[in-house]
This record gives sequence, structure tokens and C-alpha cells, in this order.
Amino acid sequence: MTQLNAAHLSLSYDNTHIIHDLSVTIPTHKITALVGPNGCGKSTLLRGISRLLKPRRGNVVLDTHDIWSMPTKELAKRLGILPQGPVAPEGLTVHELVAQGRYPHQSWLQQWSPEDERITLEALEITDIAAFADRPVDTLSGGQRQRAWIAMTLAQDSDLILLDEPTTFLDLAYQIDVLNLLHDLNVERGKTIVMVLHDLNQACRYADFLVALCGGEIRAQGAPSEVVTEDLVNSVFGVESRIMQDPITDTPLIIPISHRRKTNLTETVLPSREMNLMPERETA
Amino acid sequence: MSAKNPPRPSWITLRPRGAKFSYRIDRRVPLIALIIATFTIVVLVFSINYGQYNMTVGDVVLTLLGLNKDHPDYRNFALVVHTFRLPRILLSFLVGMALATSGTIMQGITRNPLADPYLLGVSSGAGLAAVVLIVAVKTISLYWLPWAALGGALLTAAGIYTFAWKNGTSSPIRLILIGIAIEAVLAAVTSTILLFGQINDVQQAYVWLAGSVYGRNWEHVYAIGGWLLIFLPAAMLMARQLNTLGLGEDTAKGLGQRVEWQRGVLLFISVTLAAVAVSVSGTIGFIGLIAPHITRRLVGPSHEGLIPASALFGGALLVLADLVGRWVIAPSELPIGVVTAMIGAPYFMYLLYRNRNA
Amino acid sequence: MTARTQPLNSTSRLIGRRAFLLPGLIIALILLVLCVLWSITLGAAKIDTQVVYQALFQYDPSNFDHLIIQTVRLPRVLSGITVGAALAVAGAMMQGLTRNPLADSGLLGINSGASFAVVMGVFLLGDPSLSTYALFGFTGAAIAAALVYGLGSMGRGGMTPLKLTLAGVVLSAFLSAFTTTILIRDQETLEKIRFWTAGALAGREMPLLLQTAPYIIIGIIASLFISRQITTISLGDDIAKGLGQNTAWVKALAALIIVLLAGGAVALAGPIGFVGLIIPHVVRFLVGVDYRWIIPYSAILGGMLVTVADVAARVVIRPQELPVGVMMAIIGAPFFIWLARWKVKR
Repeated sequence: MTQLNAAHLSLSYDNTHIIHDLSVTIPTHKITALVGPNGCGKSTLLRGISRLLKPRRGNVVLDTHDIWSMPTKELAKRLGILPQGPVAPEGLTVHELVAQGRYPHQSWLQQWSPEDERITLEALEITDIAAFADRPVDTLSGGQRQRAWIAMTLAQDSDLILLDEPTTFLDLAYQIDVLNLLHDLNVERGKTIVMVLHDLNQACRYADFLVALCGGEIRAQGAPSEVVTEDLVNSVFGVESRIMQDPITDTPLIIPISHRRKTNLTETVLPSREMNLMPERETA
Repeated sequence: MSAKNPPRPSWITLRPRGAKFSYRIDRRVPLIALIIATFTIVVLVFSINYGQYNMTVGDVVLTLLGLNKDHPDYRNFALVVHTFRLPRILLSFLVGMALATSGTIMQGITRNPLADPYLLGVSSGAGLAAVVLIVAVKTISLYWLPWAALGGALLTAAGIYTFAWKNGTSSPIRLILIGIAIEAVLAAVTSTILLFGQINDVQQAYVWLAGSVYGRNWEHVYAIGGWLLIFLPAAMLMARQLNTLGLGEDTAKGLGQRVEWQRGVLLFISVTLAAVAVSVSGTIGFIGLIAPHITRRLVGPSHEGLIPASALFGGALLVLADLVGRWVIAPSELPIGVVTAMIGAPYFMYLLYRNRNA
Repeated sequence: MTARTQPLNSTSRLIGRRAFLLPGLIIALILLVLCVLWSITLGAAKIDTQVVYQALFQYDPSNFDHLIIQTVRLPRVLSGITVGAALAVAGAMMQGLTRNPLADSGLLGINSGASFAVVMGVFLLGDPSLSTYALFGFTGAAIAAALVYGLGSMGRGGMTPLKLTLAGVVLSAFLSAFTTTILIRDQETLEKIRFWTAGALAGREMPLLLQTAPYIIIGIIASLFISRQITTISLGDDIAKGLGQNTAWVKALAALIIVLLAGGAVALAGPIGFVGLIIPHVVRFLVGVDYRWIIPYSAILGGMLVTVADVAARVVIRPQELPVGVMMAIIGAPFFIWLARWKVKR
């Protein structure tokens, strides 16, 4: 059980305070999504709990150890992070990139063990990119590239995987692809996943635990079906919406109300503010 | 898991039986290294053969191997080969190795394929020290000069690094900016000294600054050889760190690398190699930039293989440059640094052409 | 020889309110005039401010002091501010054009082109006058810049910062190699040009100033005319094109202005570095990123830096002189280091 706990965290860049006195517990073996508008601090929070950003106050504890007093390699064996928009050196092959994930398990004498070899190959198989192993990373499509980076964190063999906006800038098909992969990693391999997501609906679909941030504070945390309400969407994102049940996954589906193209159909199709009501669907 | 054949990795692992040691190099490396080494030896022999004193290639090889001691001209052969030519040619090779390695490290640290070994003010620091010695103290002793240059280079690099250090990090941007400022001051002071010195000394200084291996002897070879023996393997052992640094600071930290510390160690290795090179042969440009650049296209970006391969390539290039310098305006010689500039410029033209649609 | 293409983070400007920009400019101008007057009073012989005033406005040719002021000091000081203004504005233009905060006019191969031409000239012609130096210098700078610009515009997409940098490195390296070769092999030439290559204001007389100043003045005025376009282009090619700007013309015009300014400066005082690099940084910190303000502030502050540096150069090892380029580096570097430490956070 590797539980990640942040207590009374204050994070800032130079003299700009982003997060003040925030506490959150990341549930183990679950998928957590951090959502919120731009500048709310979701990426900052992720960096804070992954040791990329030193807190001004507060601490982050992994099981019972403060992450700032652990040796960096120790932490890396238990917590992996994929930053936003990573760039691989020109000409680096997929296999070489994934192999980099073994860094925390190596030393300067023991640079490449049979174990490293095995786990790297396994990571390639799991993410289904073994066919591209010899190709340079920069020749892959966006989705394949992201899978390669995820394979690298898999090779790291950590229980926790943190991802900063893993689906931004990807085509829809690749977004779903990546999210499905993360879901499988969680269900089949018990990885705890924490990701910053831009798309609230995707977050609702895939996350077990949602943390909604606004202005550096947590406005809501919990299962999406419990915490996502129209009031929350309005107060966090400033958007009026109707919430219905996603017909595919039974999670909340947020439909923003755009007053430009509002027709009187809106009133008949979505008459109620109750989330559990199934709307009458017009023939497509 | 599917029953496909596992993909053949693009590398070879060197794992001596029984030992816990292992080292991974790209599978293109052995062949490329062999080609470069062969090329180097051929150029080496021809370079030793070329000169005012006529010898056949056979004579050269036999003299090198010490197999023609009963030849009537042996004493002359030995003098020419072992005292005049071999030291300087060997020195060119070693300097080329040092500069190429230094450049490879710099490019890896800054993630900028156009970085060169002189990023931390090494050339201007060494240059100032050398100029002071040549013009003000009026000595061109090939014994003191290298030490002074080495001291100047290391002091300058340390100074720049210290000035750039703030809040626990030596941000690359600050390093570059402060490097520029300090280089400007050193260059200004250097040019002032050149302004007021005796014209003979000034001309000597210019030659040194341009980069030259004229008149170098075995002392220089041993000096740089010694440093290389320690620092080149050190660089190779740090190859893994360079690879990880190349993924970006955040990713590297996420993988558990102590980024600041590793970067500092690598900078130290790079600067020392560059400083030693400059101290024995002046500020030779372009090799530290071109060698890693070209080699990377041949063997890929993984540093385990890139470092030794580009070291070999840099050495080969510089031996070639020395030969060209001695040939082009014979019986006079063109300083080796001038030749590398003339090689470098067309290479950049080629880069320009390649990038023209970027 | 590095393509140092790391962008700096922009922080908010010191002169926060727009209303203060014009008064600030006027204050700077007044400071400049004071510097000029102060500079004229200093030198090998100390001359009173009263006498200076008289020399300027009630000129008496038979007065020895007046003579010194009019024929030696005034031209020198005016050359100083001309060179400073020219290089600072050229540097600002260069940085805006290439979006590289570490660019200065040396990037276009101007200094190495001028040096090469001058060295060739001295080598071939023997002992030319200062005017001839100027002519060779300007021609060399112009040809080098044209070559660099042409090479940097090869291929689709026209001129881009990367190509320009590569082209500049190519030409500078090539030319310096040739220049060094000549200097190493011909001691006479070395003797003659070494003072020129250090960059100095000594001995610059009125006629030379009047020859080169027009180019610089035209350059500065032209740069003010296209200052708005430069601001746009410094935001990025795509943005500029999206706003309907004809980027090819603007770039070409900007390059021409840079040649006029930097070429003129080199012709007047030899290759001087550093001004074009640090003044735009300081100015950006003061007034922000709008080139309509960056250009005039750069001109004035550039003039001031050179004037102050020149005073120091004349005074520090009296009666000998240091080249002004040296003093500028010595004064400017600590300031630049402090700025880098303060401004660059990550």
C-alpha cells in the first residue's frame, strides 16, 4: 500500500502564491483526476506532490516517509511522473526511451541488468508498441508517442504514476486510447494513477476520485457521481450547465449551456436540474 | 502477453562474465569506431610521412615499429619521426579527442546541438592568461604556458559557475548570460594587452590564440594523455546521466536523478578537458562542435557509444587538419586553428542547406 | 560560436505607467546632455564648464582651449554618442528580428566583415587614412551582412532566426580565419590595424563624423518609422503574418537599417561590442517590449554608456588612453551580471 498524502501544502513560484494550505489524500489503487480552470493550480499541485516543486510550507508523505527526506532514487522507484509535453532527443528509439525508465534501479557500475531488459520488454508489450521499438520517437504519431512515454514510466515499475495533462494536444482517438491504457494499468496492474485533465467529461468517465481546484483551493473531492453538480461546475469553471447521466458509462455528463444556440428544445430535453434523470432523446 | 518475438534491441550490452559490471552501446558503434580508427591510422602514417625530409611510407612504418635500426639513415629517420613529427601529430589526435568529448558533454547538458566546449569562458580565460604570459611577462616557455592557460580556464569557469549559482541552481540561461558578460571583459582586457605589447610578442600571441601544435614535444603529449586517461573513461561512465538529462529536467527528476549534482559533475569534466586541450594547443575551434554533431547522426544520441565515437572522430579530424595546415602553404604552416575554422565554415554551410526548409 | 537561442522570461517593466514613458525619455535626454558636457570638460587638460559654454556658443578661434574643445573634444564626444546610439538601436533591432535576446549586430557578420575588409585594405594599400578605414569598414560590413542575410534566407520560409544564426557563424568563422592568417604572416599590417580593431574614439575628427553620421541618423529615423512592425515581428512570424504584415519586406528593411547603423558605427570607431547586447536588455527592463519606446531609449542610453565609458577610458591611465570598447566591457559586465542574477529566476 503506497498512500500519498499532502498536508497543509503551500506552493508558490517565486513570489506568486498558487496554493495555500491545501491537504489531500490520494486514494491507493484508484484513478484520481485533478481538474479545474487554467491557473487554478492543478499542475502546480501535481508538481508539489511529485517533488518537482518544493513547498513553502506543509509536507508530502508517501506511506510514512516525507518525500523530501527520501533519496531521489528511492522515491522514483515508487512514484513516477510524466510531465506535460515531454520531448525526446532527436533520433532516440522507442526501445531506448523505455529503457530510460530503469534509471532508478541502476547504478554507475551496474548499468544494464537482465532484469532491466525483461521489464523494458514487458513495458513495451503492455503498451502495445513493441512493433515500433526500433523507430525514433519523433517519427511516431502523437498517440503512439504518448504511449511510449507511458511505457517508460511503466518500466520504472513504480506503484504511483502521475501525469500532467497526458491527453492535451492529442487527437480524440488517441486521447481515448491513452485514457483506456491508463485505466487498464489501474485495473490489471493495480497502479495508482493521478492525472491532470483538461476535459471534465473525460475526468468523470475515467476517474474514481475527482479533485476540483479553483484559485489554489480544493472546491470538491470525491467520486465524480457524488461531487459533480451544476453548482460546482458553475463555481469552478464559471459555466452554466445541465448534468445528465452519461449513457455509456453512467457517470456525470456535463453539457454546457451556450446561450447563443439555446433553443426551446433545451427546456424540453433537459427540463430538470436533477442529475439522475434520463432525458427523452429525440430521434437523431 | 502475446507470443511475438521480443524486439531486437538497438544496442549491444557489454557484460564481462562474472562481474556485476555492464555497459550498453548502440550496435552501430563498433563498426563506425573501426572505420574511424582505420582512417585515423592511415592519415597518421601519411601525416608522419609528409614533410621537408623525404622518407617513404615504408621507412615511416619501420621506424615507428623500430624495425630498421640497422638502416644507415636510421638516426635521421628517428629524429624526424620521433622528435619532430610524431609528438605534434599525436598531440593533435589527443587534443581532438579531448575537445570532441568536451563538446559532446556540453551539447548533452544544454540539450543544444550547437553548444561548444568553450561555453563556460574556457577560451577567453586561457587566452588572457596566455597573452599575459607572452606579452607582459615575455615568456613563450612551452612549459609555463600550459599551466597558466589551464589555471586561467579553470578559474574563469569556476567564476562563471559561481556567479550563476543562485537558490540552489545554476540555471542554464544564467550560465550563458553571465558567461557572455565575463567573456566580454576578458576579451577586452586581452585586446588591451595586445594593443600595448611589443609587436613581436603580439604576433606570437596571435599564433597561440589561433591554436597551434607547432613545436610541441612529448611533454605535452604526456600531459594531455594523462588527463584524458582519467577523464575520458569518467565521461563514458557518466553517459547514462547524460542520456537522462536529455529527457528534460522534470522527467529526469521524476526518474530519480539528482539533476544539479550530475550536471555539475559533467560540467567539471567537460571544462577540464577543454581547459587541458586549450592549454597545450591554444583555442582551436569547431572540433568540439562538429565532431559530436556528425557522430550523432552516425551512431544515434545514446551517449555510451556517442562519447567514444565522437572522441575518435574529433581526433581524426584534427590529425587531418594538422596535415592540411602543414601542406597548404608549405614550407610554412598554417596554424591548426585556422584550418579548423576553414573546415568548420563549410560544415555550417551544409547545416544551413539542410535546414533551409525548416 | 554558439547559437544561444534561449528566450528570457519577460518581467514587468520598471516604468510601470505609460504616462511616465515620455517624461522618462526627456529625463534621459537631459542626462545625456549633461554627460556630454561633463565629458567635454575632462581630458588631458582640465577645462572649466564656463569655458566650455563659451567655446560652444561664443567660439573664439584664437583661444587655445576653445580650439581643443571644438576640434578635438566635441567631435570625439559627438562620435561617441553617435556610435553608442547606432549600436544600441542596431542591437535592439537585431534582437527583435531574430527573437534572440542574445543577438547583437555581430550576428550578421558585420564586425568580422568590417575587420576583414580593413585588414585586406591595409595589407594591400599600405597606410590608409582614417577615412579610408571608414570606407573599407563600411563596405566590408555591408557585403558581409548582405551575404549573411542572403544565406539566411535560403529555402522555403525566407529568413528565420536559426538560419540567420548559422549563416552568421559560417561567415564570421571563415572571415576571421582569413583575417588571422594575414595578421600572423604580416607583422606590418598587424602593427597598423591593432588599434583600430580594439575599437576607439581617439582622433575622430569632425570631417569623419560628418561623413558617417548621416547614415546613422537615417538609420535611426527609419527604425522609428517601422518600430511598430518590429514589435509585431518580435512576437513571432506567424502572428505577424496573421496580422497582415508583409514580413519579408519588414525583415529586409530591418536588415538594411541594421547595416546602416552598425556599419556606420564600425566605420567610425572600429568594431565595438557589448553595447548592442546589453543596452536593449536594460531598456526592455525599463520600458517593456514596445519598440516605439525601445528605440529612442536605446539610442539615448547607448549614447550615454559610450560617453561615460569614453571618459573613463581617457582618465583611467592618464595621459595614455584605453580603447573605449575595453571600458565598456569593464563597466557593463558587472552590471549585466547583476541584472542576470536578479532577472533570471529559473
